[in-house]
Amino acid sequence: MVSSVKSSAGAGKSKTTKTKSSPQEIAIDALHVTKIYRGDTDVLALDDVSVQIRKNEFFTLLGPSGCGKTTLLRLIAGFEHPTAGMITLEGEDISLLPPYQRPVNTVFQSYALFPHMSVAENIGFGLEMLGKPKSEIDRTVDNMLELVKMTELKNRQTSQISGGQQQRVALARALAPRPKVLLLDEPLSALDLKLRKQMQIELKRLQHETGITFVFVTHDQEEALTMSDRVAVMSEGNILQVGPPREIYDHPAERFVANFIGDTNFITAGLVSIGKSSAKVKLPSGKTVAAALPQGGISKSDAKGKVTVVIRPEHARIGKAASNSTLSGTLQNIVYIGTDTHYHLELPKGDIFIIRSQNQRDFEESHRVGKKYGIEIGPGAVQVLRD
Amino acid sequence: MADASMVSPAKKTGRAFSIRKQTGFTTMAIVCFFLLYAPLLPLVFYSFNAGTSLAFFEGFSFRWYVAAWNNDLVIDATIRSVYLAAAASSIATVLATMAALGTTRTKPYKGLTAIYVMINQPLMVPEIVTAVALLILFASIKAATNYHGMAYLIIAHTAFCIPFAYLPIRARLEGMDLSLETAAADLYATPWLTFRRVTFPLLWPGILAGMMLAFVISLDDVVITELVKSSGQDTLPTYMLGQLRRAITPEVNAISSVLLAVSVIMVTIFFFLNRKSS
Ligand SMILES: Nc1ncnc2c1ncn2[C@@H]1O[C@H](COP(=O)(O)OP(=O)(O)O)[C@@H](O)[C@H]1O
Ligand SMILES: [Mg+2]
Repeated sequence: MVSSVKSSAGAGKSKTTKTKSSPQEIAIDALHVTKIYRGDTDVLALDDVSVQIRKNEFFTLLGPSGCGKTTLLRLIAGFEHPTAGMITLEGEDISLLPPYQRPVNTVFQSYALFPHMSVAENIGFGLEMLGKPKSEIDRTVDNMLELVKMTELKNRQTSQISGGQQQRVALARALAPRPKVLLLDEPLSALDLKLRKQMQIELKRLQHETGITFVFVTHDQEEALTMSDRVAVMSEGNILQVGPPREIYDHPAERFVANFIGDTNFITAGLVSIGKSSAKVKLPSGKTVAAALPQGGISKSDAKGKVTVVIRPEHARIGKAASNSTLSGTLQNIVYIGTDTHYHLELPKGDIFIIRSQNQRDFEESHRVGKKYGIEIGPGAVQVLRD
Repeated sequence: MADASMVSPAKKTGRAFSIRKQTGFTTMAIVCFFLLYAPLLPLVFYSFNAGTSLAFFEGFSFRWYVAAWNNDLVIDATIRSVYLAAAASSIATVLATMAALGTTRTKPYKGLTAIYVMINQPLMVPEIVTAVALLILFASIKAATNYHGMAYLIIAHTAFCIPFAYLPIRARLEGMDLSLETAAADLYATPWLTFRRVTFPLLWPGILAGMMLAFVISLDDVVITELVKSSGQDTLPTYMLGQLRRAITPEVNAISSVLLAVSVIMVTIFFFLNRKSS
C-alpha cells in the first residue's frame, strides 16, 4: 500500500481548502484531471477531464472498455493520483489524500470480499477501522444486513454464498461506514440478466433510501439510461457529454454519443440558418426542416455549411411515397423482432435509413420490399451534431 | 526438494501436445522414480537389522533405534540440529517475508530483477563455494573476537535458508487478489492495519510453508555446517558423516531413517499448505 500523506484522524477529518463556488451542491468536482500511466509506453488514460457530480444523485460513467472509467473512479477513491488537475469532495481538495482518509467507499467489480471473514465481519470492517464502538458496529451491521436482505446469512463465510449474495454483501460493506460518495465499478457485469435487472432496481432503491451520492460505472447503455439521474458519456479519456438520460438520448451532441447510445440514422445536411437553440437544415431530399442544436451550439464556420444530423429510428414513420415526404427511399428489408418491426430503406444516395415501428397485435405487414416509401419525420426529431 | 522439482513436468506451450504421448516418456519417468527412491529402500530396511551387518539381514529389531536413542552424542547432535534449524528458519522466514512484500507490494522499480537474483543467490552459487567463503570470513572473526558460539552456524544457515522461505511466500503473495488490500485501504485501514488484518491472515499458509521448507533444508545441511562449525558443534548430519568415516553400523541407518521420515513429513505438509493456498 502506498501512503503519502500522514494520517491525522479518521476519514473526512483532513485539512480543508475551500473553493469559492458553492460547495454545498457539489459532491465531487474534478478539475482538469489528467492521468498518465507511466511505463515502457505511457498511457494517457484521462485527458484533461472536468466533471461535477452533485450531492445525492445517481451519476453514471458510461463508455466502452478502455475509455478511462475505472481510472476516474480510482482517482476519486484515491487508489491512483492525478498526473495533473485536482479533485475536490464537498469543497475539500482530496487529490493527495490516501484512500483510507477519504470518506468514499467502493464496490469492486470482483467484490473483493475478505475470504477469511464472515459476512458480518466483512460488513463491519470499515466501521471497525474507523474505531467505532462495538455496539455501534453491531447495530449498523444488522441494519445493513436488513437493507440488503441478507440477515439470515450473517454468519456465513463469504465463500459459502452465491455471486448475487456476495454482491449484496459488497454493497452493504461499502455502505456501512456511510460514505459521502459510493463508487461502483461495473458491479452488475458478473450477474446473469435476470439478477442484473433485479439488482438495478435494488441499487436505485438503496440510493434513494440512503441518500448517498452514487457514482456508477457501466459500459451498458441501457443500464445507464434506466438507472441514472445523470450520465457522462466517455470515450478515449474524455467526457463527451453529461446530462440526464433523456437529454443524452434525444439530444446527443457528438457522433460517438449518438452511435454508442441506441440506434441512429446519420444524415449529412446543409445548414440553412442557425438560431439560438435550433437551426434549419436542408436534407438530401431538398426539404428544409427544423433541427435542435447541441448544448453549447455549433459555429457556422467550423461546420462549413454542412452538418451531420441524427434521427432515431423510432422517431420516423414509414408512409406512402409522396412529393412532400421529408425523405424517401426503397424498402430493402423488413425485420420483425416481436415488439417492433425494423424497415431498412435505401436513400437515393445509397445510405440506409432504419425506421422502427412498434407492432400492434395481429398486425398485417402491408409493406413490400423493393417498393418506394416516404419517410415521415415528426417535429423535433432531427438533432444536429457538434462535429 | 531438489528431487521433487526434477520430476515436475516440464511446461510445454503446444496446446494439443502431451508429453505423455512421446514414446519412452513413461519408461523414462519410471526409471527416474526408481533411481530416486530405490537407494532409500535398503537404507531403511537394514536399519531394522538385528545384526551388525549391512549386507545380511539377521532378523527384525528396533535395536539400532534404541542404540541411537541411548547415544548421548546422537541426542546432543539432534538437539543442536533442531535448535539450529528452528532459529535459522525463523529468522530466514521473517527476512523472506519482508523481502517478498518488498518485491511484490511495490510499484516495479529499477533494480527489482537484481534483487530477485540476490535473494536467490544461495540457489545458484555452489554450496562448497559459500562454505569456503564463510569458513574464511568466520575464521578471521573467530580469531579477532574469540567467540566460538552457535551464532556463526545460525547466520550461515539463515543465509542459505532465505530463498527457500522466500519462494513459497512470494508465490502466495502473487496469487493473492490485490483488490483485497485495495478494499481494505478503501475501508479506512491504514497500511499497517491492512497488513495485519488482510495480508497477513491470507499469507500465513505461505509463511508456514516457507518456514517448514527452510527448516528441512537447515536440518539436512552438511557442507556448510561441516566447514563453519566449531569443535563440539556437531549437528546430526555432520555427526553421521563423522561416524561413516569409522565403522558403519545400522545405527547410522536408523538415524538416517528418522531424518528421512521427518523430512518427508515436513515436505508433505509443505505441499499440502501450498495446495490449499492456490
Ligand atoms: N495500471 C495501469 N497501467 C497502465 N495502463 C493502465 C492501467 N490501468 C488502466 N490502464 C490503461 O488506461 C486506459 C483506461 O483504462 P480503464 O480506466 O481501466 O478503462 P475502463 O474502466 O473504461 O475500461 C486503458 O487504455 C488501459 O489499458
Ligand atoms: Mg473498467
